[in-house]
Parts: sequence; structure tokens; C-alpha cells
Amino acid sequence: MDFNTAEELLEICEKENKPISEIMRLREIIYGESDADTVDAKMKKSLEIMRNSVHKPLTEVVRSIGGMIGGEANKLEKRRVEGKSICGSVLTKALIYSQAVLEVNASMGVIVAAPTAGSAGVLPAVLFALQDEFDLSDETLLKGLFTAGAVGSLLMKNASVSGAEAGCQAEIGSAAAMAAAAATEMMGGSPEQCLDAASITISNMLGLVCDPIAGLVEMPCQTRNASGASNALTSAEIVLAGIKAAVPFTEMTAAMYRVGKELPYELRETALGGCAATPTGCALKCKIFGGCN
Amino acid sequence: MAFISVFEVIGPNMVGPSSSHTAGAASIARLAWRMMNPKIKRVHFTLYGSFARTYQGHGTDRALLGGMMGFETDDVRIRDSFEIAEKEGIEFSFTANTTETDVHPNTVDMEIEDVTGRKMTVRGESVGGGKVRLTRIDGVKVLFTGEYHSLIVVHKDHPGVIANVTTILSKCHVNIAYLRVYRENKGGIAYMIIESDEEITLETVEAIEKNPFVKDTMLIRR
Repeated sequence: MDFNTAEELLEICEKENKPISEIMRLREIIYGESDADTVDAKMKKSLEIMRNSVHKPLTEVVRSIGGMIGGEANKLEKRRVEGKSICGSVLTKALIYSQAVLEVNASMGVIVAAPTAGSAGVLPAVLFALQDEFDLSDETLLKGLFTAGAVGSLLMKNASVSGAEAGCQAEIGSAAAMAAAAATEMMGGSPEQCLDAASITISNMLGLVCDPIAGLVEMPCQTRNASGASNALTSAEIVLAGIKAAVPFTEMTAAMYRVGKELPYELRETALGGCAATPTGCALKCKIFGGCN
Repeated sequence: MAFISVFEVIGPNMVGPSSSHTAGAASIARLAWRMMNPKIKRVHFTLYGSFARTYQGHGTDRALLGGMMGFETDDVRIRDSFEIAEKEGIEFSFTANTTETDVHPNTVDMEIEDVTGRKMTVRGESVGGGKVRLTRIDGVKVLFTGEYHSLIVVHKDHPGVIANVTTILSKCHVNIAYLRVYRENKGGIAYMIIESDEEITLETVEAIEKNPFVKDTMLIRR
């Protein structure tokens, strides 16, 4: 039941006639030295933490440690409620939720790293936006989490999900690929389509650098989570329309890892390049940590 | 290739903002705490690398102190760990060492004293995604992640000690998953780190302590 590549995963899905989510769940029960009830309860707990983190900043003010972010989800929500949003209901919800999770995270609130804390907004944003708009059950969302976990485990095994190792493409890119696969399965796509959606997402976010201002998980991380969520929904929509990915997931994973390794040190979470190295980025760093010259 | 649990991908559940600088920091300190008496008297943290440069913005200091009081990565008390530690009468301090470069980027040294007077200096590293390892105990290089039931035996480097300890474990039906031995120098102090699938009981530990070359034992609490 275990798999090291997308091809092996698809083979198991076909042999067992089960979706990716169920294969991942069974794999956890067998190899995670656990039983079905424990695994299901743990995943339910993760979903509840996610649910809280997408809603919390809409009802109470949360303040980030660095002070660069806070209140963004509420601003977007206000515009949505006023009927002014230009993005449509699913995407607007996803944007709101992704911002909310990053606000919770930056204020030392509780989140689920998925796969990391800096990219924690993408997956819950996509799941809960789809739940709101299509009346999906929690059971369907739990399936989405297992499918996302399967894609994430392949990326961890064969590439990296660390911004310090392979840039933001590996972190928010991976989160978006996971969310794309989850959305595809939840909305009726096949296992092949799930991995195609993941592959398209990675290709669309290929080369994205990790350049946090002042080294903090605030900016540009927060808006990049919005971008990751919208990328995930875009790819899911593309594959559900019957469009195939140009490059298979396994090859795309290898390409992402290679690009990550080719990124210079300055663009891998060191806060020495990109947004962090702009005059504004440097000024913000001085303001937060002091010691400017 | 090692098994990756779905909860390593969808997880850990944690207090933000950073899996390496916040959750990892809490886990490192909690792992050291699990080796000591649960009541810590004083602790000094020396931070290196990225930990030293960005710890305030990531709440690394609060997470370390929280872990030293046994808080898990998703415990919201981490936010208020300074106030809680003060109330508990725990003495704590932090030093940022930005000059030492020959260390893993996210490294911390913890000089700990518990209420029984036991003192220990432990080095921990946060290696990404919330994963951690301890790499030094009282200056001796070790490697220890705390993922299994674990026992650390501090003993004199002497023939037969390992055989004696493993015999006792086998008699107590403990299957050893990993066994690693580290020593300062020949005939000096050695650290035997035993990781097992089964829980190691206090009786087993007491039997091991009867060996005259065994100086100390640390049963790692879950």
C-alpha cells in the first residue's frame, strides 16, 4: 500500500479501485502503526484547527509579532459582504480564508502546518471555500486532507517542501499542489486528474523565490498564500474540464527540485534577496529589529 | 526511504509562526525537559545561527521556555510562557551568539538545572518542518530524536557494560529498535542511547542501575 512515486500511487488506486484519499488513509493505518479510529480522529482534529484558523480573524483582532500584517481577511470579507468582489464567490472566500490563517499564524495562534507554517493558509482556504459554496460534508473535506497528504508526501520524498532548501515554489508551491489535488478529488475528479492538477500547479508556481521581509513569516508570505490558493483552484478547474497536464507529476516534481537547487542562497529564506532586499523591505526590518545604520 | 506519515505533511498542529523557529524550538526544549525532573529550577539558552538573528520575531524564546515547562507545539500557553515561568519561579535567560558559524543554522544550547539539583547541558537542532534532534549532551556528541520509547544510560567506557544492559533489556522483553553509543574518550564517560518499540519500565532501569559502571540513567518520558 506504500508508494514512492505518482505512478506507483496511481497503480495502487487502479488495482484497489479506490481514490487517492482512501489509499493514503489505509497506508497510514497499516504503516503508521495506528488503527483506523486513531487516524480518523487525528485528521478530524486537524480539520477543526483549520476551521478555527480560517474564521478567527473575522471575529476578533489578532496582532502579528512583527506587526506587518493583521486585518487583511476582514477587509476582504467586508468587500465580499458588500457584493463588490470581482473574483466570484469561491475564489473570494479562498482569498479571505488564506489571509486569515496567516494572521492567526503570525500572532502565535494555533494552525496546522500544511506542509509548513508559512504555507498553512492554502489548503484550508481551498477546502472551506469549496465547502461553503458547494455544501460539501466534513467527510468530503477529510478525504481532501488525505489526498493533499499523499501529494505532499511525494513532494517531501522526491523533492522538498522547505523554502530554505528550494524556495517558495517548494513551500507554497507544494501547498498549492496539495490543495489542487484535494479540490479535484472533492469535486469528482479521478486520481490521474488529481495528480495532473498538482503538476499544473507546480509548473505555474515554478521558480518562486522565498524572500521573507525581516525573515518573518508575514510578508510576502500572506499574499503568496492567496496566490497559492487561487493557483490551486485554477488547476483543479482546468483538469476537471478534461484538460491534461503537459508534464507528468513525477517529472514536474524533479524539475521543481532542480530549479530549487539552482536558486541562489539569497533567495532561499535567508531574507537577503527579493522582497526582503528592497529598500522598503530593509526599512521594515530595521523598524522591527532596530540596530539600523 | 523512511515512511512519511500523513501527519508529517498535514501537521504538526502548532502555535505559529514558524515550523522550524517556533514548533521546532518548543520540541527541542520539551525533549530536553523529558530527560529531567518535570520541575525545572533554572535554564539558560544560547541561540546560534538563524535562531540567534530572528528569535524574537518568531517567538523562538517563548517556544523554548514553553517546551522547558512541558508544553507541546500546539499549546497556546507558549504565547505567555515568560509570565508563566516567572509565576512558577523558574529562572531563565537567553544569549544570542551570532559569531559562531560552525553550527546548524537553527541551533540552541540549553544549560538546565532541575529541582533535584541535576544539571545538564543539551544542544538541539531544528532541522525543518518541526523536526528536531539533540546533538550534544554535556559536550558529548550524540544523535537523538525522541520519537521512540527511549533510555539514556551514562556509563564508564568499560568492557561488558553494553552486553549487560542489552541482556537486561532482552530479559524484560524490550525489543531494541536503535542502539547508539557515544563516548568522550577511551575509558571515559559514555552515553548509550536505547530506542525501543516497547515502553521501558522503572524496574528495568533499576536493574540496569545495579551495574557498577553505570553512572546515571535517564528514562525519556513520552
